[in-house]
Amino acid sequence: MVEARIHVTLKKSVLDPQGDTVKSGLASLGFSGVEDCRIGKFMVLKLQESDPQKARAQVDEMCRKLLANPVIEEYVFEISEVAG
Amino acid sequence: MKIGILVFPGTWSHQDFEHVCRDVVGIDCGLIWHKDTSVAGYDCLILPGGFAHGDYLRCGGIARFSPVMEAVVAFARSGGPVLGSCNGFQILCEAGLLPGALLRNTSLQYRCRWVHIRTESVSTPFTRAMRPGQVLKVPISHGEGRYYVPPQELAALEAQQQIIFRYATPDGQVTPEANPNGALDNIAGVCNAGRNVVGLMPHPERASEAVLGSTDGRLFFTSVLESLAAATR
Repeated sequence: MVEARIHVTLKKSVLDPQGDTVKSGLASLGFSGVEDCRIGKFMVLKLQESDPQKARAQVDEMCRKLLANPVIEEYVFEISEVAG
Repeated sequence: MKIGILVFPGTWSHQDFEHVCRDVVGIDCGLIWHKDTSVAGYDCLILPGGFAHGDYLRCGGIARFSPVMEAVVAFARSGGPVLGSCNGFQILCEAGLLPGALLRNTSLQYRCRWVHIRTESVSTPFTRAMRPGQVLKVPISHGEGRYYVPPQELAALEAQQQIIFRYATPDGQVTPEANPNGALDNIAGVCNAGRNVVGLMPHPERASEAVLGSTDGRLFFTSVLESLAAATR
């Protein structure tokens, strides 16, 4: 089995007020060196597919069609082999 | 002439739309459950507000897979008038029937209050009874109403007059203070390239009787009545 770990975040060009609020919260705690903070979604999928190459293509299509909205979001994912 | 009002699990404004259609404006209407696969017999479709499918993943993101949506898309593509309000607007964007997307309000807070919107175009089936520039008093009730389109698309929407409403002051000035959610360019509503699909964040169905504080929302219903009557002539 293959596990996909998917991160979806707002595009750089889209204002992320949640991220900005968390960044100023960190600054209030004294972490003044935080340059930027973006909040997103994290999804973990387990796939029956055993070929990582095919799994990668499948997950990419899932992201484009549903898991991320291409108008406002971007995504990255990692694929790893896991025990069934 | 009959209006179909779509109901998804989590929709909450369908009875308000039904009430205004039937009891206030006097238009025949019916509810369409999201598992239905046909919209035959309806001349206009309304996607009301609420939290369809719990707004899981993204607002409207799952609703577009409801069985009825295939018929809604076909109806819209054939030129039938479709109105989405609030969550209905979000669903139409997710379904690709309207451009752009709706994001979390910049305040990060749910906003439930009266706003004023300026009518930017009267050439849609839902705005033809309005005057160009007419300011309407209507309520909003949403946490994700910040309209966004990429810059190049915004220019195209502007050029093709697809921006239908902007948040404004009561006298029609488009100012940052009049913008309740941080929407790009104060955009409150848009239409598709064919102009038959209109979406807006405010709730016209909650502003159609004097006892509720405004009757401006009724113009959406009289507009579509006029346009359907014109189409059958």
